[in-house]
Amino acid sequence: MRPGPSLFNRIAVGLGLLFLYAPIVLLVVYSFNASKLVTVWGGFSTRWYQALLHDDQMLAAAWTTLRVGLASATVATVLGTLAAFALVRHPRFAGRTLFTGMIYAPLVLPEVILGLSLLLLFVSLGLPRGLWTVTIGHATLTLCYAAVVIQARLSSFDISLEEAAQDLGCTPTQAFLQVTLPNIAPAVAAAWMLAFTLSLDDLVVASFTSGPGATTLPMRIYSQVRLGVNPEINAVSTLLIGMVACGVIAAYVGQRRSTQRR
Amino acid sequence: MKRRSLAAIAPYLWLLAFFLFPFLLVAKLSLSDQALAMPPYAPRLDLAAGVAGIASFLKALDLETYLRLASDRLYLVSYLSSLKFAAVGTVILLLIGYPMAYGMSRFPPAGRQALLMAVILPFWTSFLIRIYAWVAILKPQGLLNAALQGLGLPALSILNTETAVYLGLVYAYLPFMVLPLYAVLERQDPSLMEAAADLGASPLQAFWRVTFPISMPGVAAGALLCFIPMVGEFVIPDLLGGPGTLTLGRTLWTEFFANRDWPAASAVAIVMLVTLVAPLVFLQRRASTLAAAS
Repeated sequence: MRPGPSLFNRIAVGLGLLFLYAPIVLLVVYSFNASKLVTVWGGFSTRWYQALLHDDQMLAAAWTTLRVGLASATVATVLGTLAAFALVRHPRFAGRTLFTGMIYAPLVLPEVILGLSLLLLFVSLGLPRGLWTVTIGHATLTLCYAAVVIQARLSSFDISLEEAAQDLGCTPTQAFLQVTLPNIAPAVAAAWMLAFTLSLDDLVVASFTSGPGATTLPMRIYSQVRLGVNPEINAVSTLLIGMVACGVIAAYVGQRRSTQRR
Repeated sequence: MKRRSLAAIAPYLWLLAFFLFPFLLVAKLSLSDQALAMPPYAPRLDLAAGVAGIASFLKALDLETYLRLASDRLYLVSYLSSLKFAAVGTVILLLIGYPMAYGMSRFPPAGRQALLMAVILPFWTSFLIRIYAWVAILKPQGLLNAALQGLGLPALSILNTETAVYLGLVYAYLPFMVLPLYAVLERQDPSLMEAAADLGASPLQAFWRVTFPISMPGVAAGALLCFIPMVGEFVIPDLLGGPGTLTLGRTLWTEFFANRDWPAASAVAIVMLVTLVAPLVFLQRRASTLAAAS
């Protein structure tokens, strides 16, 4: 029997969570501040949210980010699923060590390196930089996260189900699409969500690979933050946090329902 | 069996084209000369000229950019301070993350699930926004000083100092430290602690001689997961550190965007990469042993 948490354990966890959440809570609260000064509470107001609606540059950046996020997350999830499948089901193939290295390295490698190297590729190919180059950059970065998430789920999936489907006359592709994919669907959805939020969030790779006319939301926020704290940024940030929190909670509830059904 | 490996082809080609091949371009550019043109460099290696091109490249190879890096104090200072930030940051993260992960693993299963979710959630919210939140707290007329003033305490000037950078690093990377530690601690068999107690060990002795050694894989994984990206961190030192806070990530950014010195930026990237190869290989070994264990 494991002993319950001691007072020391509770304090350690409580302080840790306070540290993680206090800055986010303060940011959200002050986005509703009527005063322009960050430290003075001037009453509740939604004026910064209204100001956002008239900020054309911010809206354009949000639209760019959304398109890049949707496209890159989809590419990353498809490639990530294939990569996870190869990693789990195929213990040996030519160049597997290099392959796993390329899957794991981008997870921790500083983003400045990835950004710079991708930019040099696009320049040497003579590709005009813009929406598509950012999308390729983000797909490369996030496909590794997607692969890791799906791999975890796929390695606990009972392979005999797939073999049974093949015994019953399915081709391997049919077996994958009709048996395996519905089973790992929650992980695939989670991987897509993760890829999408990472793309929404990325400043460094986007700054290197973007061109004129393809400013993403983080790039816009970054250039504003360099000029100082601005309540409008608090409002955008709150919207982004709210969006992501809803998505994560929805994914969590969905995953719970699907496990309960089984 | 053969056909399954077909699944690897598309992601393999993608990563070769957009991950591995670009590194070779970075390496090649780091050996080129700076030029006032667009793109702003004069290539030294002309592959189109075949063997003759490679021969003339090797004859003229002078590692000029690297010599420039070695002789300029700016680069040495940013290299050392990057390593210092990453190393000290990792130690602080261990000191904060370990008690937290340990505490989480003592909760009953339902509570553990909720706590795990609570630690993962900030990871999903924007990194840039979370660092920006600290700017609002730490700036001279920020929330921290307003609170201190309210308590009648003297104001602190933390923004634009190394303290602020450490704070940002610890804040941003805490989930990366807690998760692997928690994964190891949660799996530990509680009867081991009971056995240690039966054999006369005090709780503290039991922790140091049983729990801690068993959790070493988690410590190593957490430390590497934090150390490697922190060496190249750009956003945190840029927003929270002062103009004097030099790091490799920031130097690379300035060389590239402000000075338009692409060969120097590439050489910085290569130096960073070479530094990180050993920890990366080590992490990958760890990752496969951790995955095999679970």
